[in-house]
Amino acid sequence: MPEPSANEPAVRLEGVSITYRLADGSRYPAVAPVDLSVATGEFVALVGPTGCGKSTLLNVVAGLVSPSTGRVRIDGVALSGINPRAGYLFQQEALFPWKTALDNVSLGLEVRGVPKSEARARARSWLERVGLAAFADRYPHQLSGGQKKRVGLAQVLCRDPAILLMDEPFGPLDAQTRTIMGDLLLELWSADRKAVLFVTHDLEEAIALADRVVIMSAGPEARIIGDHPVPIPRPRDTHEVRLTPTFLDIHRTLWHELRAEVIKSYRQGEKID
Amino acid sequence: MRSRFVLTFWQILVLLGFLLFWHFGGVFGYLDPFFFSRPWDVLVRTWNDFVSGVIWRHLWITLVETILAFVIGSVGGVLAGFWLARRELLSAVFQPYLKAVNAMPRVVLAPIFALWFGLGIWSKVALGVTLVFFIVFFAVFQGVKEVSPVLVANARMLGMNERQMLRHLYLPAALSWMFASLHTAVGFALVGAVVGEYLGSAAGLGYRIQQAEGSFDVTGVFSGMLVLAIFVLLIDALVTLVERRLLVWRPQPVATGIQG
Repeated sequence: MPEPSANEPAVRLEGVSITYRLADGSRYPAVAPVDLSVATGEFVALVGPTGCGKSTLLNVVAGLVSPSTGRVRIDGVALSGINPRAGYLFQQEALFPWKTALDNVSLGLEVRGVPKSEARARARSWLERVGLAAFADRYPHQLSGGQKKRVGLAQVLCRDPAILLMDEPFGPLDAQTRTIMGDLLLELWSADRKAVLFVTHDLEEAIALADRVVIMSAGPEARIIGDHPVPIPRPRDTHEVRLTPTFLDIHRTLWHELRAEVIKSYRQGEKID
Repeated sequence: MRSRFVLTFWQILVLLGFLLFWHFGGVFGYLDPFFFSRPWDVLVRTWNDFVSGVIWRHLWITLVETILAFVIGSVGGVLAGFWLARRELLSAVFQPYLKAVNAMPRVVLAPIFALWFGLGIWSKVALGVTLVFFIVFFAVFQGVKEVSPVLVANARMLGMNERQMLRHLYLPAALSWMFASLHTAVGFALVGAVVGEYLGSAAGLGYRIQQAEGSFDVTGVFSGMLVLAIFVLLIDALVTLVERRLLVWRPQPVATGIQG
């Protein structure tokens, strides 16, 4: 792989579009050509109504889905196949149920060829950082939803990826746990500032966490309709920040943009039903 | 554990009720002992068989046949299930034949196996294998096919190559499905062995029952069934033990898991 260049953004989508071929042979243009970049060390949240293709776009950056047109550049280098510089935190349950928390975390290092003892030591220190040192020997089914997410976060960060991709990672959690997970994420992220692309449908969560909030329209042919910086200083407390005037201002503006799309996506749903 | 105690009490009561009904049915002439024997006679006969030692050889033979049928059938089932699940075309080609063979009542194969493998243990093992193989095969096939796509995506994002995915993802998934079918598989291994013995052999529990039937010895038939039942319960308990050891990661199916 060629050396990444320093002044290129960590992630750059150039005219990326996604078209699905449906079972009846027709084509469904899910995402219209989109340009988007995430700078090194930048935390970008991608917000849009349910089913707008934001997760698909994330999968394109991960290399799990190849775009129908356009291309993805990672540190200036065109991506083909799985993105080796990215770590991915999934919305759904993605831990290996037959492995303990510790083995789940060390797995990503072991498959890379890190010696077992070293991999386990590093995994242990990551479990400590997410506050689960005492749960190393538990199996996923013995952990709560929030604890599983913490293990997942440790599993991803343990491999020290340059880019962090997150697909509504805290979606299934209850409100309190979400806030706490948000704080934990920011705390871990501030240590080495990876490029983050965070997909969510929760506008408040997006503003509280991100440097920039990108808004997508409803599908089909979803596109980017807004790109807003979040000028709230860090470090942030993801709960406290929601009460500040800046937050409320941004929230009002963005919700205005988003609301029409959400309603449009409901109409889409009715038409399909 | 109070409820456990109460449950055991009722279970024993049902057994006693059944035995009393059987016994007094004979005493009052409703159940002819020639056709139905008597519970006490069955117990005495079983006890004597164990004390005199004649039963041990037969138990041993049936046990060996069961274990061999289980091991060979399981290994074959895991390999075939795994292999076909990972090869779309191959599985599509073989699917109808596998279903056809599996739909066939295995009893009809017993005479052919006796012809091919002789009257020793191997014809019984073969019969058991044809039963075990398909149970394990379908379980593993389904298990590998239905590995969560999210788990596959996560494995790929963690940088696993094809071989590592096999080791960390598909194999554990397949094995967990195999263990899920463990009780059924072991049960069918035993069925294969006993049915095979029953239809033609010189030793084993099935042979004992068949011999007793041949001489209208109803007590002997019931005694054989009793030994068989105890044998099945013991093997099943053993399987449960093995399962507990091997599947620690599996959530407990009953409501004992109140860990918060």
